[in-house]
Amino acid sequence: MAQDVKKAAGTKTASPMKNPVIHDEKWKKDHPVILQMKEINKAFPGVKALDGVSLDVRAGSVHALMGENGAGKSTLMKCLFGVYSKDDGTIVFDGKEVNYKNSKEALEDGVAMVHQELNQALKRNVMDNIWLGRYPTKYGLVSESKMLKDTKDVFANLEIDVDPKTVMSTMPVAQRQMVEIAKAVSFNSKVIVFDEPTSSLTEEEVEHLFKIINMLRDRGVAIIYISHKMDEILRISDEITVMRDGQWVATEPVEDMDMNRIIKLMVGRELTNRFPPKTNKVEKEVSLEVEGLTGMYSNLNDVSFKAHKGEILGVAGLDGAGRTELLETIFGVATRKEGTLKLHGKEIHNTHPKQAVKNGFALLTEERRATGIFGILDIMANTAIANLKNYTKGGLLSDAAMKKDTDWSINAMHIKTPSQKTKIQSLSGGNQQKVILGRWLLTNPEILLLDEPTRGIDVGAKYEIYELISNLANQGKTVMMVSSEMPELLGVCNRILVMSGGRLAGEVDADNTSQEEIMTLAAKYV
Amino acid sequence: MPEITQAKKRNRIQAWMDDYKAMNQKDKRRAISNLLLNNAMYIIILIAVIFIAIREPKYMSVTSIVNIITLTAAKLPIALGIGGCIVLTGTDISAGRMVGLAAVIIASMSITDNRIFPGLEPLPIIVPLLAAMAACACIGFVNGFSVAKFKLHPFIVTLATQLITYGLILIYLKLGTNNGQTLSGFDPTYREIVTGTLLTLGPAKIPFYVLYAIILVFIMWVIWNKTTFGKNMFAVGSNEEAATVSGVNVSRTIIMVFVLAAIMYSLTGFIDGARIASVNTNTGFNYECDAIAACVIGGVSFVGGTGRISGIVIGVILLQIIFTGLNYMAVDQNYLYIIKGIIILVACAIDMRKYLTKK
Repeated sequence: MAQDVKKAAGTKTASPMKNPVIHDEKWKKDHPVILQMKEINKAFPGVKALDGVSLDVRAGSVHALMGENGAGKSTLMKCLFGVYSKDDGTIVFDGKEVNYKNSKEALEDGVAMVHQELNQALKRNVMDNIWLGRYPTKYGLVSESKMLKDTKDVFANLEIDVDPKTVMSTMPVAQRQMVEIAKAVSFNSKVIVFDEPTSSLTEEEVEHLFKIINMLRDRGVAIIYISHKMDEILRISDEITVMRDGQWVATEPVEDMDMNRIIKLMVGRELTNRFPPKTNKVEKEVSLEVEGLTGMYSNLNDVSFKAHKGEILGVAGLDGAGRTELLETIFGVATRKEGTLKLHGKEIHNTHPKQAVKNGFALLTEERRATGIFGILDIMANTAIANLKNYTKGGLLSDAAMKKDTDWSINAMHIKTPSQKTKIQSLSGGNQQKVILGRWLLTNPEILLLDEPTRGIDVGAKYEIYELISNLANQGKTVMMVSSEMPELLGVCNRILVMSGGRLAGEVDADNTSQEEIMTLAAKYV
Repeated sequence: MPEITQAKKRNRIQAWMDDYKAMNQKDKRRAISNLLLNNAMYIIILIAVIFIAIREPKYMSVTSIVNIITLTAAKLPIALGIGGCIVLTGTDISAGRMVGLAAVIIASMSITDNRIFPGLEPLPIIVPLLAAMAACACIGFVNGFSVAKFKLHPFIVTLATQLITYGLILIYLKLGTNNGQTLSGFDPTYREIVTGTLLTLGPAKIPFYVLYAIILVFIMWVIWNKTTFGKNMFAVGSNEEAATVSGVNVSRTIIMVFVLAAIMYSLTGFIDGARIASVNTNTGFNYECDAIAACVIGGVSFVGGTGRISGIVIGVILLQIIFTGLNYMAVDQNYLYIIKGIIILVACAIDMRKYLTKK
């Protein structure tokens, strides 16, 4: 989102590349509209997800679709594929009106999609996944030899180097992503939707993907490209459509767009002061000392550092660098093989989260939905859960005490909710995160481990989370914060540890470093 | 093909050995304990077999081995059917009752002194067989339809249908003047077709149904590995969402798995009626327990999307080896239940262990 935007804006070295094609009337004539979505409306109970959105996609072009989380990009695509049925509006593809009821119809008609969440049968092999839903048969039996040959052909065509018989679960995510892309291409579709295809790809693989996309474009395929990464969008796309709050905002050729303009269109206002001032004072006293931390089952390898009282310590690194594993190993969720933890100079063990909580640690997990919230429970239950023993009186839980603390949390965290009895799953991501933060603060922790605390949260709510983090440091607590958004780390933290390949690649002062320096360190052991 | 698998297997062992040599002392110990734990079921069974064989040498006689083979054959079809349900991360606890229903239907048309349909002479065996298959297929369809369309958990669905099926069996056995009595006195041709001697090994006779079981294994192997339906089944079990967006008709696949399973149960009923030579309300009762246990031991995991026909066959054989052995040891029937329960628990725990991501 906006943060990614700024991140891209920061890495100026990579961004000046821009699609050089001039998209004038002649270009438009050469690239006729092949897919036309007109005035699409879609409402869910209580929300208007799409409000008269129109989208024209041209053959042989890359059409970027941008917008913040919740802007309606995915909903629009799901309406195209019949995953959702649109309330009204028309979709014209290749000159005829279409109304796909499921993805099978869309695929057969020549409209394919590379899904954001990898929808793959992980226990099956590569070729089983690619031909799933359309296995080649001979005398009624599946022809493995044809599958193998066809898979090899597709891979050779796209220069993908993967053994078709490898089981998916044994492959790295990036390779699985490439398989997914190959699958979409293998349908010989006229329209291919890429939904955040580069989120798990390395730079080299992104180049490979772009080569594939360019090849498809030259063949006359229309490509809808959904991404948050500005530099990619400006480089690869011909036209850009921006959406906001379920509405169409603008569609313009790429040469008329730049980052600032896109951000402005996406957010609807100029973004200033994205971070609160760093008012926290880092004290001399070391609160947490980690030495030689090595994971039993993770790649975490010999990590040592010290964290001070009142400090916000960032943890940067690429996916798989061991950042989450570092926090989890400190907290005792992941098993430690070697290494020691010292809290105020005294060795502690943290072999189980229960112990960690007792020792004054708190962990805000990365996957809020999977490991943070109890969706169907109310706010009170979600607040009290980590601290239940403080509310027991004579073996029974005291509702009054829980209520009081929950009220405190709602006020202190500025949680916007109708009541304590509201199910947490009905709150926005930002408010959910605040509830969980409140949960942990009630355990009165000394060391807060925050794993991607602002992931999937709106820009405004992010600011509030930053403020909360800053306040905690002001109270003398130590905050360790993992984030993939570098501007966030630079804007909020005092010091940043950079992880690479499970090891500590370096440590930088947040006020005297650059994204380039961090990136270089992050690539040290890759 | 076999050479390749052989080579692969050798490579895997080789690779394991190479890894092992490269480890330090602590990791070596862990690797060994992992190896033992992951294969604990086989190790336990091997030890049990050796123990029983020493105590009761007759256990290793030709008669005993043929006995194990024939009992395995009798229990295979139901396990082959239920395996598909497990691949879908489901289960089917109506299986045993369906076996009973099939047996009752077939018996009611194949007994010489017919009280259910008074005066009915035994029909050509294909007629009752088809009737039983159709009846079970209907129940299987209800199972599959409820799972696929109402999104109910298979456990709940089949819990309900096993009750319904049991009710049907009771009502059916009250038809005519039968009044719920055990059916026996079968038409000899029916018994001959199922239990007639295929070949003789010394003192032991191998019945025809061993051949049927082998044919069914082959058919199921083809269905699981060589048909679009089979591949779709694994895809749905592995990731339903992925199957949907790839254009697989998930509902149809689920329904077909349950219907196919039901047909396999009806074949078990067909074999069992003739094998035991009498059919009553309890025929087939609890058969699904052994079948599920056999599948899990054979590596058809409840996590879904994994499993092989060969594994199911091995699972059924291993269970049979144990139970036959315990019979030889003259272990009390009551203890057998406890042992069975423990085996299922241990097998599932070991299986789950393989899929846990360690942190």
